[in-house]
Amino acid sequence: MAQVKNILIVGVGGQGTLLASKLMGKCFVDKGYDVKVSEVHGMSQRGGSVVTYVRYGEKVYSPVIEKGEADIIIAFEQLEAARWLEYLKPDGILIANTQRIDPMPVIMGAAKYPENILEKLEQKGVKVISVDALDLAVKAGNPKSTNVVLLGVTARFLGFERDMWIDIIRSTVPEKMLDINVNAFDLGYNA
Amino acid sequence: MNKALLLGNEAVARGLYEAGVTVVSSYPGTPSTEVTEAVTKYDEIYSEWAPNEKVAFEVASGACIAGARSFCAMKHVGLNVAADPLYTLSYIGVNGGMVCAVADDPGMHSSQNEQDSRHHAIAAKVPMLEPCDSSECLNFAKLGYDLSEQFDAPVLLRLSTRVSHSRSLVTLSDRVEKELKPYVKNPMKTVMMPAMARKAHVVVEQRTKDLTQWADTTAVELGVNSIEYNDKKIGIIAAGTSYTYAREAMGEKASYLKLGMVNPLPVNLIKEFAANVEKLYVIEELDDIIETHCLKIGVSVIGKERFSLLGEFSQDTVRKALEQDNPPFVSFDEDVPPRPPVMCAGCPHRGIYYALKKYNLYVSGDIGCYTLGAQAPLAMIDTCICMGASVSSLHGFNTARGTEQAKKSIAVIGDSTFIHSGITGLIDIAYNKGISTVIVLDNSITGMTGHQNNPANGFTIKGDPTTAVNLEALARAVGINRVSVVDPFDIDGVRAVAERELAAEEPSLIIARRPCALLKSVKHNPPLVVNKDKCVGCKACLQVGCPALYQTVNSDGKMRAEIDLNQCVGCEVCAKACKFGAITKGE
Repeated sequence: MAQVKNILIVGVGGQGTLLASKLMGKCFVDKGYDVKVSEVHGMSQRGGSVVTYVRYGEKVYSPVIEKGEADIIIAFEQLEAARWLEYLKPDGILIANTQRIDPMPVIMGAAKYPENILEKLEQKGVKVISVDALDLAVKAGNPKSTNVVLLGVTARFLGFERDMWIDIIRSTVPEKMLDINVNAFDLGYNA
Repeated sequence: MNKALLLGNEAVARGLYEAGVTVVSSYPGTPSTEVTEAVTKYDEIYSEWAPNEKVAFEVASGACIAGARSFCAMKHVGLNVAADPLYTLSYIGVNGGMVCAVADDPGMHSSQNEQDSRHHAIAAKVPMLEPCDSSECLNFAKLGYDLSEQFDAPVLLRLSTRVSHSRSLVTLSDRVEKELKPYVKNPMKTVMMPAMARKAHVVVEQRTKDLTQWADTTAVELGVNSIEYNDKKIGIIAAGTSYTYAREAMGEKASYLKLGMVNPLPVNLIKEFAANVEKLYVIEELDDIIETHCLKIGVSVIGKERFSLLGEFSQDTVRKALEQDNPPFVSFDEDVPPRPPVMCAGCPHRGIYYALKKYNLYVSGDIGCYTLGAQAPLAMIDTCICMGASVSSLHGFNTARGTEQAKKSIAVIGDSTFIHSGITGLIDIAYNKGISTVIVLDNSITGMTGHQNNPANGFTIKGDPTTAVNLEALARAVGINRVSVVDPFDIDGVRAVAERELAAEEPSLIIARRPCALLKSVKHNPPLVVNKDKCVGCKACLQVGCPALYQTVNSDGKMRAEIDLNQCVGCEVCAKACKFGAITKGE
């Protein structure tokens, strides 16, 4: 594969976006690709808008993804889907968790949270795969497994077999969280 | 071959391990922190958190003089703190090799300024290497020790946010143990009094010449500085992240001179490259260091006339500046409200700020999670300069504006920052008969950088119990007679103590003590609940600025407070803000 594939993971600090990118990074390395995964640490992590760039292919130079370059955006939250939309290729896939988390300016009444974001994006011709990942995570046994539900959804579009993802989850997450995470992955994968 | 996908910072740590380093001392600072955290996993290396970067650099200096290979890491502003030993160790040189990693933060993801640490390398006259990915992080860390020992100089390893915090593939090798070199007393080399320093300076200037020659020759043989000729209409000189953006954007439509050593810069290599390309660009984030060097050696280049001095670059930046097409994209038509970082639900800092908000104080702020109290709705902080400045600058502010102002002014500083450099300001206040009131926000951890132990919390870098600085006794020992301890969630208690200490015409230290809500050892209460019959929708609770608290439309169509059960940890600060008793304990 000469063409580099770009996956943007966006969300709110604390939603567990880093685990999703870590698991993906491992997968692409196992498949023999050159990989770059760029993360956000530090101040922005405290409830701010966070982004992780995952890139894989024969040779990856830049650690970041720019506007119009993402093949897939995984949005952990609706507003973040809107914020990062410009980074999606016009024919790319937007995987969006339907969860809504109000940022502080909205809580304080200084700004308005746009209504029906995902519907509006679909109307613009964006290919939106929306999923209530929080609900599925609760069904899997822990609301914190939202990230792995979304990974499961994404895996459907990446073309690697389910069992390989399960092996990677097995080798990464702690033993006592394993069943929940496997459940979460499957709920997303089959959603 | 043993490959691994490592963060740039983890790759530096791996390089230290493979290079036989035995002593590491650092102070945390984004984006440098994970280097030292990763080092703790190697039992062969002694590692520690120092109280500040100057101490860390000096510990590493002592260890290299003792004959070991040593290391320290810090963020760009940390090197300002460590600049004093750096500039003189440059004269002394090393015995075992020493490398100091300094991580710049273009775009200021987590910093108070955007300074370019290459200036320090030039001014201190020490070699500086700049990796562009994790593989180079590992290799340049190792190379740094060979350079350090060959040229008798401490070596700076320049990282940046995108290099430190991106994962890419590295090839792992075994550790090569380095025997401690013998220590031989040699005052001419290691005692920098004027007579010795004058001689050492001569050596330093010659060293820079020798290093420049190395940059033109050996560095090319090793691939540290390298030329890739493609289409010769456009030539690009770049280092680090800027190289990766340029290579991504232009591919084989341009030729590249990639610099792995950014101080000193090569001369002949640049002239050779310039002679072989038609139009020559220098692409560098932050300041025009390479560009200025090119002009100085008579090579004309296009640099900052096309590229900004501000912020981070990307492939997009390069394409725009070089008049290439950028890909099309779709936009969302409405305003997207910003999502600034906030203090977490249950953060003890929130209690202090909420308790003190009604007094309309001048708040001298500092560097840490509590800096987030500058934002609405708490909007408490008046100033934020650098580590420790809250305490000393409050003394200056109060001295300038007098006693009555001092009764309406406080400094807020975290436990780790207080140990870093707040204590010296407190000594200044006591010694010079100031009357300032200082609040140490003691959450028992270095928070913003991701939870590092520190000298005040009783645990070493590896989590082993150790002696803890007794902040109360420390304050008394430097001459502060009024020392109080409060629980930041006890809003009435905080107010009573603050009123008393602000009124006193003596210096006071108030320690607001409660551990960070994110610490695993902290037990949380069940989430609070809103009684919708009692809530009148007045929004008073929203003034505490908690991300777990918002308003929604109630079943009767009116706006009422709501609590996010997944975030709330039951700290009850919002409950105290409700005059109607509508927020109560959950089950």
